[in-house]
Amino acid sequence: MNSLAPRSDFPLLAANPGLHYLDSAATSQKPRSVIDAIVRFYETTNANPHRGAYTLSVQATDAYHNARVRIARFFGVVDPATLIFTRGTTDSINLVAGSYGRSTVRAGDEIVITAMEHHANFVPWQQLALEKKARLRIVELEADGTLELDRFRETLSGRTRIVAFSHVSNALGTVNAVREIAALARAAGAVSVCDGAQSAPHMRVDFPALGVDFYAFSGHKMCGPMGSGGLIGRRDLLEAMPPYQTGGDMIEFVRDSDTTWNVLPHKFEAGTPSAADAVGLAAACDYLDALGMDAVAAHEKTLLRLAYERLAAMDDVTIYGPVPEKRSGALSFTMTDVHPHDLATILDGEGVCIRAGHHCAQPLMRRLGVPATARASFYLYNDEADIEAMVRGMEKARKLFAGAPAPSVGEIAGASAS
Amino acid sequence: MDLDLSPNIQAMFQELILDHYRRPRNKGALPDADRVIPMHNPLCGDEIDLHLKFDGDRVSGVAFTGRGCSISQASASMLTEAVKGKTRAEATALWDRFHAMILGDQEAARDKSLGALRSLSGVSRFPARVRCALLAWDALKQGMKG
Ligand SMILES: Cc1ncc(COP(=O)(O)O)c(C=O)c1O
Repeated sequence: MNSLAPRSDFPLLAANPGLHYLDSAATSQKPRSVIDAIVRFYETTNANPHRGAYTLSVQATDAYHNARVRIARFFGVVDPATLIFTRGTTDSINLVAGSYGRSTVRAGDEIVITAMEHHANFVPWQQLALEKKARLRIVELEADGTLELDRFRETLSGRTRIVAFSHVSNALGTVNAVREIAALARAAGAVSVCDGAQSAPHMRVDFPALGVDFYAFSGHKMCGPMGSGGLIGRRDLLEAMPPYQTGGDMIEFVRDSDTTWNVLPHKFEAGTPSAADAVGLAAACDYLDALGMDAVAAHEKTLLRLAYERLAAMDDVTIYGPVPEKRSGALSFTMTDVHPHDLATILDGEGVCIRAGHHCAQPLMRRLGVPATARASFYLYNDEADIEAMVRGMEKARKLFAGAPAPSVGEIAGASAS
Repeated sequence: MDLDLSPNIQAMFQELILDHYRRPRNKGALPDADRVIPMHNPLCGDEIDLHLKFDGDRVSGVAFTGRGCSISQASASMLTEAVKGKTRAEATALWDRFHAMILGDQEAARDKSLGALRSLSGVSRFPARVRCALLAWDALKQGMKG
């Protein structure tokens, strides 16, 4: 099967025909149209948005505004002021934790997260709980790496203030039942925060239909520039929240002793925005919508099934996470005799880029009982040849390391040292 | 064994390295160690405890426990063989040479005094793996500080 998008759309892939890029869950490659949009902004429209009383600045302001409208539409959002531009998912979640969380969570309250969270959706809540003497509660996973709604039912209570969870796990690929979890949170009187870093790039996301109160995403994983991304929130919540950072652009009146805040979205966008990156991200939305997000999801599912079948047929491979039907396009695994880091190096020598490590999910790795896994992830420019190259590289690694001791957990040899 | 691997990869995973990985030397706790120095690489989860015993100024016993990739384990195993019997000053000098070699110093890579450790010189072409090769050596450096 072919890739969904031609490699020629992606300058880096076009320049490296032998490269098999299987790490899009970390960051995606960028299409020419996105790179061009950023260059065009700097070459034709560059001025500080919101600040100049001259035509060029107005054009920059318009470009920035239009980008917001375009990206909001990508997520089914009609009120663009409820899309706050951030540096990405990490920044968005810190915004919610630092603003909504700090102003509402009290001692004895509870914050609920899950055992599969990326550190970006784990540490901010843990730190908030520590600061407020609130209790952090972790919903554990089922054996197949999925989340059961009953575990949420058992964990949520009248003390729950915030329920934060990923739409799609970056380490396991599990797709979670966002609507149902959001409904449980609402019924408990809590707000829901959805980490969409791994869903926005890979499936159609309609924010109103998800029913969550906040949704965070990263531009760089969805064909957009690094350092771009956003937070979508319910207007009433955003309006009631205090600012996250203070400074230029986000103010209304600055008196000597106090300040009033600008309206949404500017209240949460202190300082000169990365307008060129917003424009680039809007171009990424154009690119993805032209292909169709349903087609993107279907393409990845086909690749995932193929890779899953190939790896499941290998006796020495352990796959983490659920069956293909319940997951998106990321596949974590280990090989009995080959450490993930060694595998990644050998694959690198074959032109295959995969991730090896804890995937910024140490709490999950502890639960899986492994220090690290290898992860291959798929996107619209991948094809069967990428999977075949990975499989060939794995076969070489297997032969090279045949007979090597398994990097077993907690191995301690006898006191043979002298 | 011809696996048609690229030259850089072959240079990295030499038979000697794989041998130390498969059959690590001095792996296990030193019951009467004077110092046990833990070191870990949070990026890939590699963990090593370096056990050191001193007789005056000399390293009289050295062993390690832990787990990790072939490079971190082989490097630790080779370290134990290279450092045993050395004075603190000698071990520190060895650390300097090894460190330079792993960071790509061509002259250090030809230095015969590094002995079997030279088989790890291929790591310098893989910046992502440098930390693996240095893990046990970082522990040694701490251990030499007294
Ligand atoms: C599930 C998940 N959450 C959060 C993040 C953090 O995203 P970023 O580094 O773009 O802020 C990532 C990506 O690394 C992720 O995969």
